Amino acid sequence: MSRQTSLLYLDGVSVSFDGFKALNDLSLVIAEGEMRAIIGPNGAGKTTMMDVITGKTRPDTGEVYFNGVVDLTGEDEAAIAELGIGRKFQKPTVFESHTVWDNLELALKAPRGPFATLFHVISGGEKKRIEDLLELIRLGDKRNELAANLSHGQKQWLEIGMLLAQDPKLLLVDEPAAGMTDAETAETAELLKDIAQTHSVVVVEHDMTFVRSLGVKVTVLHEGSVLAEGSLDHVSADERVVEVYLGR
Amino acid sequence: MMTSFLFRALDARAGLFLIILLALTVAIPASNLLLPETSPLHVPTYAVTLMGKYLTYALLALSVDLVWGYCGILSLGHGAFFALGGYAMGMYLMRQIGSRGVYGDPLLPDFMVFLNWKELPWYWYGFDMFPFAAIMVLFVPGLLAFVFGWFAFRSRVTGVYLSIITQALTYALLLAFFRNDMGFGGNNGLTDFKDILGFDVQADSTRAGLFIASGLALALCFLLCRALTRSKLGKVLVAVRDAESRTRFLGYRVEHYKLFVWTISAMMAGIAGALYVPQVGIINPGEFSPANSIEVVIWVAVGGRGTLIGPVIGAVLVNFAKTWFTAALPDIWLFALGGLFLGVTLFLPKGIVGTVSQGWSALRQRSASAAYEAGSDEPPGSPDAPADVSHKRASSDASPQPAE
Ligand SMILES: Nc1ncnc2c1ncn2[C@@H]1O[C@H](COP(=O)(O)OP(=O)(O)OP(=O)(O)O)[C@@H](O)[C@H]1O
Ligand SMILES: [Mg+2]
Repeated sequence: MSRQTSLLYLDGVSVSFDGFKALNDLSLVIAEGEMRAIIGPNGAGKTTMMDVITGKTRPDTGEVYFNGVVDLTGEDEAAIAELGIGRKFQKPTVFESHTVWDNLELALKAPRGPFATLFHVISGGEKKRIEDLLELIRLGDKRNELAANLSHGQKQWLEIGMLLAQDPKLLLVDEPAAGMTDAETAETAELLKDIAQTHSVVVVEHDMTFVRSLGVKVTVLHEGSVLAEGSLDHVSADERVVEVYLGR
Repeated sequence: MMTSFLFRALDARAGLFLIILLALTVAIPASNLLLPETSPLHVPTYAVTLMGKYLTYALLALSVDLVWGYCGILSLGHGAFFALGGYAMGMYLMRQIGSRGVYGDPLLPDFMVFLNWKELPWYWYGFDMFPFAAIMVLFVPGLLAFVFGWFAFRSRVTGVYLSIITQALTYALLLAFFRNDMGFGGNNGLTDFKDILGFDVQADSTRAGLFIASGLALALCFLLCRALTRSKLGKVLVAVRDAESRTRFLGYRVEHYKLFVWTISAMMAGIAGALYVPQVGIINPGEFSPANSIEVVIWVAVGGRGTLIGPVIGAVLVNFAKTWFTAALPDIWLFALGGLFLGVTLFLPKGIVGTVSQGWSALRQRSASAAYEAGSDEPPGSPDAPADVSHKRASSDASPQPAE
């Protein structure tokens, strides 16, 4: 696929930390509306890849394009978020001294400048949207609870809710099922599949049952570059993948 | 838009605080001016001035709480903005002296005549007009804060590093203002003021007026801070305080938010300094001393960071103690202050106000549980929510966690 027709386009991206190559000539293309699962052993560079896309880390070399034309290496985190790339972190990060409701309100798509927020009065439409999200992430009865008091799994869901509140075009979801029970994991997979109907999604996950239930194209990362790509069955049949990852 | 913005500022607690503050603002000067000196309720003039000084300190503490308590910017240099506001007012008061100075020069303040200066430096122009000086009280600290913040926040200097450069800022100004050729009176600063807006600065009625002005300024700035912190902007600030990088990934430009509150806070500190100077009758470079700025942070910590009311109470209490100690036991004041700070950080990490409101909601929770045990049908909290949850909730007007 060419850069112009892609939603996200990474080509030859390398990042090194003190000489250690966390990403090594990584190339990856995500199409509009696609959902992609990324797997790979610990330290493969999955999170670093998300850092590069969202402007947290600048690549040493390589190209990163969004929508085919926007060069993400020249933008900062806030600008990239405003372009429509939302991110859920590996370690769930919600605003602990805010309520569940306020967390969602802060994430809700709205003007982001200080003067806009200073005089902001929440509208009926926004309330409705937050109510809908609360129902979706099943935290309706916890709306006035401080986010600090949520369980690990609930925080994960709240963060997914915040991601949806931003209404991004592309969602980067880092290990959404970590620390969840099997039932919760299955529910999360369903939720993500729903989301993928209307958004493009890149999801990193170690849990193979989870990845299988998504039923999408899988990219295997290893030592900072793509080792294999294809359906889960296809990549699990690949000997190199078995060697570095599944075989352990 | 504006009304809902201000309306948001008031709730029962803030309302009560404002009523008490305004009542004192009226009652203390009234008792000083109207009651005979023999009356047991008469407040002597020196006490009015002393308390007026505390009110300006309280305003300074409030301005520090706005940036530290709500946005996590630990400023150890707010004394600089306070002093700059003070100098702007001092320059006005100097120009008001006119030819009544020792040397009788109609234009030049005494210290310039003493230095053999022939002309008024350009930056002293306009300070003979009160409105101009009043604008400078806001503009000079605001501009310095804006420029400083622009560079510091854009380069993402945070935490200890930011605190250190704020100390460096106030220290640099201390050294600069000590120099005679700066044109601010050097070591001695600005003093021997005669009148303000045509009123004798020594007169009882002027002192009462300055006290009232300080009380009103504190009340207005408190309202402004309430409105700011309870708006969506305030929620973004707390988000920045607790998880700065997460806030960026939501699309907020953290540096703009910091710059906004930082500049407002500096201007509030400037107002405090401007009201302080005519009451104490002098401004000198000592006000820039780094230790002063650190002391302000202690007032805020003692009163309760991130509560707005706490810093006001902290500033008044600590300074009351300071006044008493420096008279009774001058040698141990610094040890007492250090001990107080240690004690508060160890035993009252939320400060006085934070701890009281926490205790209050714990008490309410307990009585709710007691009512439940006594047979009411509504359980005091849902079974999956542990009891301490509601404490955190109730004292949650964004009070920061101690370990930050
Ligand atoms: N800021 C950093 N400084 C130094 N090294 C880093 C930094 N960030 C990541 N690394 C290193 O880069 C490598 C890739 O890390 P990354 O977090 O991207 O892996 P990952 O694939 O997300 O792993 P995991 O499955 O454990 O989350 C690791 O070896 C890590 O130690
Ligand atoms: Mg990772």
